[in-house]
Amino acid sequence: MEEVDEEPSPTLIPSAGFHQRHLGFEWGPGDLLVYETNYRLQGIDLLEGNTEEGRGHEAHLVLCLCSGPRSAGSPFVHIVRRDEDICSPILRKLFNESHLIFVGLQKIREDVPSKNKKSQFVSVSKNYRSVIRACMEELQQNAVSTQDGSLASQYGDQVSILLAIELIWNLCEVLFIDAAPAGSLLLQLLDWVRLHKSDVDTRAREVLQSENPALHRSYWDVVISLVLQGRMDEARQVLSKQASLRPESSSVFKRMDVLLQSMPIFNPTGAQTLTEFDVRWRQWHEECDRCLQDNTFAGNRHLETLVKVLLGDEDTLLEQKELLGTWYHFLVTRLLFTQPTIKPPDLHYYAQSSMNMFLGPRASPEPLDIILLSAFEFDLHQVIKDCSIALNNWWFVAHLTDLLDHCKLLQSHNLHFGSNLREFLVLEYASGLFTHHSLWQLAVDYFDHCPEFGRVYLELQIERVPLDTERKAVKVLRICEDRQMSEQVRSICKIMAKRALRNNRLGSALSWSIRAKDAAFATLISERFLQDYCNRGSFTDLDLLDNLGPAMLLSDRLTFLGKYREFHRLYGENRFSEAARLLLSLMTARIAPRGLWMTLLTDALPLLEQKEVIFSVDQTYELMSCLEELNSGTKASNTTDQDEDIESTKTELLRLALARNLAMAIVKEGTIET
Amino acid sequence: MWRETLLHEKQTELNNRSTRAHRDSMDPIAKYISQKISKTRWRPISAALLQQPEVFAAGSWDNENNRVSIWSVGDHGASNTDGEFDEEPQLLCDSLHDGDVMDLQFLDQERLVSASSSGAVTIFKLQPDCQALSLAHVWDRAHGYSCDPAPCTAVVCRSPELVSVGEDGRVVLYKADQTEVVRVIEHADSSTIHAVTFLRTTEVLTVNSIGQLKMWDFRQQSDSPAQILSLTGDRVPLHCVDKHPNQQHIVATGGQDGMLCIWDVRQGNTPFSLIEAHSAEMWEVHFHPSNPNHLFTCSEDGSLLHWETTSGSDMSTLLQRGWNSRVVSHSAVPLPGEDDSVVSAWLAGDSSRNRLEATHMLPSQTLSVNSLDVLEQCLVCGTDGEAVYVHRQLPV
Repeated sequence: MEEVDEEPSPTLIPSAGFHQRHLGFEWGPGDLLVYETNYRLQGIDLLEGNTEEGRGHEAHLVLCLCSGPRSAGSPFVHIVRRDEDICSPILRKLFNESHLIFVGLQKIREDVPSKNKKSQFVSVSKNYRSVIRACMEELQQNAVSTQDGSLASQYGDQVSILLAIELIWNLCEVLFIDAAPAGSLLLQLLDWVRLHKSDVDTRAREVLQSENPALHRSYWDVVISLVLQGRMDEARQVLSKQASLRPESSSVFKRMDVLLQSMPIFNPTGAQTLTEFDVRWRQWHEECDRCLQDNTFAGNRHLETLVKVLLGDEDTLLEQKELLGTWYHFLVTRLLFTQPTIKPPDLHYYAQSSMNMFLGPRASPEPLDIILLSAFEFDLHQVIKDCSIALNNWWFVAHLTDLLDHCKLLQSHNLHFGSNLREFLVLEYASGLFTHHSLWQLAVDYFDHCPEFGRVYLELQIERVPLDTERKAVKVLRICEDRQMSEQVRSICKIMAKRALRNNRLGSALSWSIRAKDAAFATLISERFLQDYCNRGSFTDLDLLDNLGPAMLLSDRLTFLGKYREFHRLYGENRFSEAARLLLSLMTARIAPRGLWMTLLTDALPLLEQKEVIFSVDQTYELMSCLEELNSGTKASNTTDQDEDIESTKTELLRLALARNLAMAIVKEGTIET
Repeated sequence: MWRETLLHEKQTELNNRSTRAHRDSMDPIAKYISQKISKTRWRPISAALLQQPEVFAAGSWDNENNRVSIWSVGDHGASNTDGEFDEEPQLLCDSLHDGDVMDLQFLDQERLVSASSSGAVTIFKLQPDCQALSLAHVWDRAHGYSCDPAPCTAVVCRSPELVSVGEDGRVVLYKADQTEVVRVIEHADSSTIHAVTFLRTTEVLTVNSIGQLKMWDFRQQSDSPAQILSLTGDRVPLHCVDKHPNQQHIVATGGQDGMLCIWDVRQGNTPFSLIEAHSAEMWEVHFHPSNPNHLFTCSEDGSLLHWETTSGSDMSTLLQRGWNSRVVSHSAVPLPGEDDSVVSAWLAGDSSRNRLEATHMLPSQTLSVNSLDVLEQCLVCGTDGEAVYVHRQLPV
């Protein structure tokens, strides 16, 4: 792993570490568990919570220990969460909407010609950005309408983060995804600046709606701002207010108007070549220069500034720092008036120098400036890396990296760990989602599109989803079954079966273990059914037992249960001979557990006592041999005398009944033969 | 002209937005509401006035704090310059709900009944202007085991009576204006009961997790069902049930395998037709209340289907409308002794004369559509993707 790029900032954990003990911690996906250990501190008052496993993560956390009263270990476990955004109800919309776009993006087929693909990728990128914008609007509205100060500032923070995200994304879209060539590159950069410096519109509206726009104190600021953004038609519109006010200098204004109007703008869809445009642009530039030289505008300092701006005079442009606001606005304006046909590879030189000129030699650039500069340098990996460090959520880097990867822009880069950058970031984002009590469902699709480790992650996470209702269990099972995760299916069904069993819902428990094809558990539940039957003398849950069907074959004991119940049904329906045959086969085919043979034989008693002969001679012999087999078996040593008495009485009764039945059967069968 | 430019700027931004919504008049309006939606229900409209429903209730699940919320889709008074945004559902009021909202039913225009995963059945009172939702009555632990509560899975209303069912296999009958429970069928089912519907005033039909339909008659004192229907040999769980609004013997069910079954409850044990509707659990099935030749189903597979059964004669009109419809063959078992003069289109067995058309109602989707409700020309559904979709021009 590369060296740490930034000093980690300490996170204070309230009420932890009062007892002069070391803190222990455990990394989770998204969360961190912190607890007090039994190890006492020895003169150290700052402990860096960083171990080998901790380095893999970007989240650096320094835990501060505060001194406090000494007492027994604290029973608390603290949950430290780095990513708060996941809990914001408005940002949830961002997660949900972008999930849909993400899934759509993964469906763009490999075999589409790359030319068509590019436009698809650009529109995907625009969709992502419009979701960010929608979110930003809503956050902004909430920030304005909320009464709670801290909440308002929290919304405000989120808005500024989203603004930065959208700014970076938009630039990446222009430079990497759309990869605009010379000519259109500048037009797109202008759009980018216009979109992110929209306060010009507000001020322009303010000026135009005032009683006398030409005298408004922001009048010239507006004119210059519009020109700085290359919005010449609008600038002319505003300028005409002044011209009509001063008929004496109308010719001068007319001149400026012509200059503004005649400024050539490259038309990427037109027939004009870049060289032709360049020639026209140079002519216009010379015309501007001539105006400056012959002092046409000397009488009006505002107009003179304007013409200097049109000439791209750096000092004049730098004087407009306040109107420009940012170095990248300065960069784009500078390019507009000096290098309108800038080629992508030349950008980085102008970017670097513009930043230096604008910020001055001593100012240190902000993380955002560095990120944008890296983008102008076409250093994608640096952009992604710096964003990962600077931003507090994985949403942005995961989605942007995924999109760039689809555009085949990231293939050269390999990580020392995991599979590749895209998968690493998507996994991090999805793992974060999975820690959320409700958004975990979204993460499943992200894991699906991580070919190397996605499945392992999903397998580990899905088992840990808390199952409050059967409906939720069904949804989780569906996820597992669709992906042939049989191990997880079994485990989830078992959890549900156990829960049902604990609540004495034998029917439900059996259904779940049948679904899991869990023979052992089905056997256990069948035992419970039989036990209940022995205690109560009747079956419960007949609706289930009567409809087992082929599911009955899951385990021997379940088969017996189903068949035994069938015997009772046949008996209840007075279909005695069928019932008798079934009962006998349960013993002779060894389906019935030995412990229940006596019960089964006792069940045979009423059949033996019927007026009509039900068991044939052969069947009676078989019953007799079952009875003798049972008696010859080893007797449990701990049976009491009383038990034994009952048992021997039963045996005697059975023997008597069997003998009588045998006699009747011989007579009957003999009679029929003659 | 200056104004125009500004307007133009704004419109490009809007266009940008609408690419994601991507809707024409046939597409529903989507609204993300930051909670996974388990149920959506239209507030009933008074029969006398020929109006379209404008207010619906939504319930959430799997959230830290679950809610029942009331939304409006009509005119909100505040008309924007661009008419489109007006149609987006607006939150009117909401109320916290203990546990997942497992089911929601309007008892009447002003009362809403919810079923909770905590085992409670709750009546909420909605103010006539829909500006406040308050708790009217709770039957705590209407469903439960000896010690733990059991999730209540569904409720059904036939004012003033309501019936709830749950994972504990109990069927409970209440009267909306009585605090005591009227009747409990203790061991109604050995498995989980997933859904319930009224067939007649005293008869309800339940479906369970082992593929059975059970009919219960509250006039009978015994706690055993009047009738059990099931797909023989098949134990596929059934998740939803709805009865034909005019012909009470016709019932539609949806199962775990996405199969849509049409049953004639008079005709014994086998369903009349089986249609492979979805590729995963069907969560809800609804006949259109006033035009029962139309049926709607939604599923875990993320789709919402509109089914229409037509007899041969008006088939052509349907095709002329140019839907992207797929025709599904219809397992036709002609019923012997079917001598009703009015044979429902759903039971008319002759497949050459009858066809069933299905149309996808949602743009491509990935996450489960948990609930749908349909009333007059309006349809509302809610998804695990935390979106509510409202369609106000159903072709019915």
